[in-house]
Amino acid sequence: MLIKFYIKPRKGVLDPQGRAVAENLRSLGFENVKDVKVGKYIEVYVDETDREKAIEEAKEMAKKAIVNEIIEDYEFEIVED
Amino acid sequence: MDEKILSAHGLTLEEYKRIIELIGREPNEVELGIFGALWSEHCSYKSSKPFLKVFPTDAPWVIQGPGENAGVVEIDDKYAVAFKVESHNHPSYIEPFHGAATGVGGIIRDILSMGARPVCAFDSLRFGDPRNDGNRKNIKDAKPIAQGVVKGIGFYGNCIGVPTIGGEVVFDEVYAGNPLVNAFCLGILEKDKMYRARATKIGQKMVMVGSATGRDGIHGATMASAEFSEETEDKRPNVQIGDPFFGKRLIECTLEVMQKSLIEGCQDFGAAGLAGSTSEFGSKSGMGVRVYLENVPLREEGMTPYEILLSESQERMLYAVDEDKVDEVLKIAKWYGLEAAVIGETTDTKRMEVFYKGEKIADLPISAIVDDAPVYDRPRKKPEYLEETQKFDQNELPEVDLKEAIKKVLSSPTIAKKEWVYRQYDHEVGINTVVKPGSDAAVLRVKWAVKPEINSERAVAISSDGNGRWVYLNPYEGGKRVVAEAVRNIYVTGAKPLAITDCLNWGNPENPEIMWQFEQATKGMADACKKLNTPVVGGNVSLYNETVLPDKRINVYPTPVVVAVGVLDKPEDAIPSFYQQEGDVIVIIGEVDKEPIVNGSEYLKEVHGKVTGDLPPIDLDMELKLSSFIRENKKLIKSAHDVSDGGLITALLEPAFQEEKTFGLNINIETKHRPDFELFDELRSIIVISTSKNNLPKLEEEAKKIGIGFKVIGKVDNDSKLTLKVGNAEIEENMEELRKNWEKTLKELLD
Amino acid sequence: MKFGVAVYPGSNCDYDTYRVIRDVLNEEVNFIDYRETNIKGYDCIILPGGFSFGDYLRPGALASHTPLTGAVKDFADKGGLVIGICNGFQILTEAHLLPGALLPNAHGKFVCKHQYIKVENNNTPFTNNCEKGQVLKIPIAHHDGNYFVDEDTLKEMEDNGQIVVRYCDKEGNITDEANPNGSIKNIAGVCNKEKNVFGLMPHPERAAESILGTDDGIYILKSILNSI
Repeated sequence: MLIKFYIKPRKGVLDPQGRAVAENLRSLGFENVKDVKVGKYIEVYVDETDREKAIEEAKEMAKKAIVNEIIEDYEFEIVED
Repeated sequence: MDEKILSAHGLTLEEYKRIIELIGREPNEVELGIFGALWSEHCSYKSSKPFLKVFPTDAPWVIQGPGENAGVVEIDDKYAVAFKVESHNHPSYIEPFHGAATGVGGIIRDILSMGARPVCAFDSLRFGDPRNDGNRKNIKDAKPIAQGVVKGIGFYGNCIGVPTIGGEVVFDEVYAGNPLVNAFCLGILEKDKMYRARATKIGQKMVMVGSATGRDGIHGATMASAEFSEETEDKRPNVQIGDPFFGKRLIECTLEVMQKSLIEGCQDFGAAGLAGSTSEFGSKSGMGVRVYLENVPLREEGMTPYEILLSESQERMLYAVDEDKVDEVLKIAKWYGLEAAVIGETTDTKRMEVFYKGEKIADLPISAIVDDAPVYDRPRKKPEYLEETQKFDQNELPEVDLKEAIKKVLSSPTIAKKEWVYRQYDHEVGINTVVKPGSDAAVLRVKWAVKPEINSERAVAISSDGNGRWVYLNPYEGGKRVVAEAVRNIYVTGAKPLAITDCLNWGNPENPEIMWQFEQATKGMADACKKLNTPVVGGNVSLYNETVLPDKRINVYPTPVVVAVGVLDKPEDAIPSFYQQEGDVIVIIGEVDKEPIVNGSEYLKEVHGKVTGDLPPIDLDMELKLSSFIRENKKLIKSAHDVSDGGLITALLEPAFQEEKTFGLNINIETKHRPDFELFDELRSIIVISTSKNNLPKLEEEAKKIGIGFKVIGKVDNDSKLTLKVGNAEIEENMEELRKNWEKTLKELLD
Repeated sequence: MKFGVAVYPGSNCDYDTYRVIRDVLNEEVNFIDYRETNIKGYDCIILPGGFSFGDYLRPGALASHTPLTGAVKDFADKGGLVIGICNGFQILTEAHLLPGALLPNAHGKFVCKHQYIKVENNNTPFTNNCEKGQVLKIPIAHHDGNYFVDEDTLKEMEDNGQIVVRYCDKEGNITDEANPNGSIKNIAGVCNKEKNVFGLMPHPERAAESILGTDDGIYILKSILNSI
């Protein structure tokens, strides 16, 4: 099974990367750019067939290793083989 | 008034009553927030102020002492250096990477606000012992904290282009739940182009420059004054995120407006945000301030005036600007891609008046917020543990296998090579770093191409120390020793010690034993500063470094971190710490015949598992003599390294581990004392020097003249072998093996 | 000789590079702002080290889309000399003035140390003052110095003599141990086909004065002077 993590800077927390990319886009002529958030996309391939178990595992992984909940928000998606 | 609301603002009921007395009524919500932030321990120093008065703060070379954003000391007839050290302990436990990064950002801005170009950083770090990871309850592992902090410091310092050229890292369990991250920065400037954090006339505009304001760190100041407990885990969005890219833009913008004489005063935004900077501006200038919150550039929608006023968003500065120069300043800020706005002006009311969209939302006398903050004369009591520890007699200690003991001490995390840490820091940007990390002190040239153009012949030497164990075992003597050790690392480089800055990291001041330690240590530090003629030109106090667990409280060791700064006539004068040549003679100078004492030593802790013993008084006259001797004879001394952590044996071995070569050593120490005491004592004032055979007689003569001990103990070899005879003990060891043990510890523990 | 040092927001080593050219080489040198497009009259443009745009998105990515970088492309097309140091090298690859890309260091950490590099091709305007095979000691300081390029392009580059310097040990041996960041074939610096654009991760401006530990960078800087 494949777990797809979509990680974004937590709402309210400064995103220096997003800010710099937004500035760059505007300077290249994209003047209607209001804001940019730069995050991460992580794919974790697991040897699992039970969808419920995979969901639980994803939440554990996020908490323990993949996401820094102090400064990041996240969503995840399970894709079955 | 609900005590819960007061407590959320970090105020006690007594303090609330005092506020009412001072302003003649109850404060509203915004005003309560202002008091909560500015009366916090971090901003007001309410528990420590009475004791800081003992520090000497003056000398002919001191241009600016404590009271501004940094101390300033002159180094020749045209140039000066501005420097300070500050703590960022609590955020570094919650979010090590960003906590440490914003600590670096903050201190860099402090130096910048004095009109100096920040040219180097140091960091003094203390973590729990990673060998205990996995065994603690309710306390995080030390390894991820150490990794995060080092990465964060590298992230900020490297990106903003300020080299981190030195520091220290200590590992001890007391710091596990409360790591210490003290960040130091030094900048260079022309003597008479210094700036202060004040306005110079009534009606002068206050211009805010830098990042837009968000909700970062509201209540950060009160968090720093609270202790860590399980509930703290939930205090999440209090950690601010720093942006070194914006920080760099802010440096260039600020230096440009200063070069063009467009501003009259400069203050950075730190704890307590806009409320703090504007009120402190007013207080120092003897004026009032009017603030218009709707003018503040914002990055979040729907921010309340309270949030705008108290936000701790990073990378923001406040300039005092004459009305006719405002447009030019705003233009330059925009050129650098920064937000900029006029957010207020100075008045003659001596009050802080805050407006939001035409409505006055706060109106307080500045004296009430800043000068009349409470000052506590907290009760003090000599700690009970001292009865036990000061009774200790080292002669009770069993004999040990010397070879094993040497290996153990040399490879303990606090003594082991710190390369794992400093390789992650760009220590060369700026092309001024003459002596790089790994020696007693870092040595920096004082030059810059433009903006400002600085061209001094001199070099500055910088070193930091802060042995908390010593201060724990004898606060007064420990305080003296910490200053003496930092200063010693300066003169051992051949530099003249000039001044120090200090960061006092202590536990809970409401505990009378902790407060007693504070009073005694500051007295000791002050006495040493006076004797050694190294005044305190600025510093910081961090209290409540205490881990609160369900069944007990762990206070950190009382840890006064001292960063000493000295000056060399020219960078070529710096005496290396490393041996230079095979055949050179190794000599120990100083208290060479004094009885060695291993109380409070790394050896006692690592090999015998004890932290105990009293400290004999340090002979500061001897320190002064050693200082003169080394500086006056630098041409004859090929290397010099002081005896401190890890004792004499460590001081003998480290200089042999050169970057591209390992020397051999042939040592014979004649002594009637126990060999382990001789090798591991950290308390005698002893320097290990090396010199050529030809220069030996002259040096010995000079040593006799000045009255310091002088003992030839061996020579530098080319054969990678250690042959050590100390008293009746004889050992042989392979230097490459010893070196490997010393080098691999941190990599094994932290990678 | 007239040198131009590009200054992007976040460039750090611009001051260092400027100072070395002005005070050590005693040549004329100017700063050029990233918004400038008129770079007539320069003999050599230097893209210095640092963290342009904070290294955000990818190191060098945002800087490669600026007016000055566009002007540098034209300058290079017309044969002007361009040298990119560290972040400058990253910008040149992002701007496709040089082949390949700089990935994060294999060990995942920033690394700052003195590094030995070997001159593989001394037939360029940037290395003509060196012997072929000469070993130079020059500091590196980077988080993303891991040079990567696909196999076919690599073969082309090797055939064209575009691999200019490689990481080595003190004796000049190209080994894994001597590779500080995992770069393919220990590649430390490359040039374009025409040999007028050169990018390298090590910092020659940090090795121009012996008081700082090594002055081997002078070999590279003097080569540029020889070329005009």
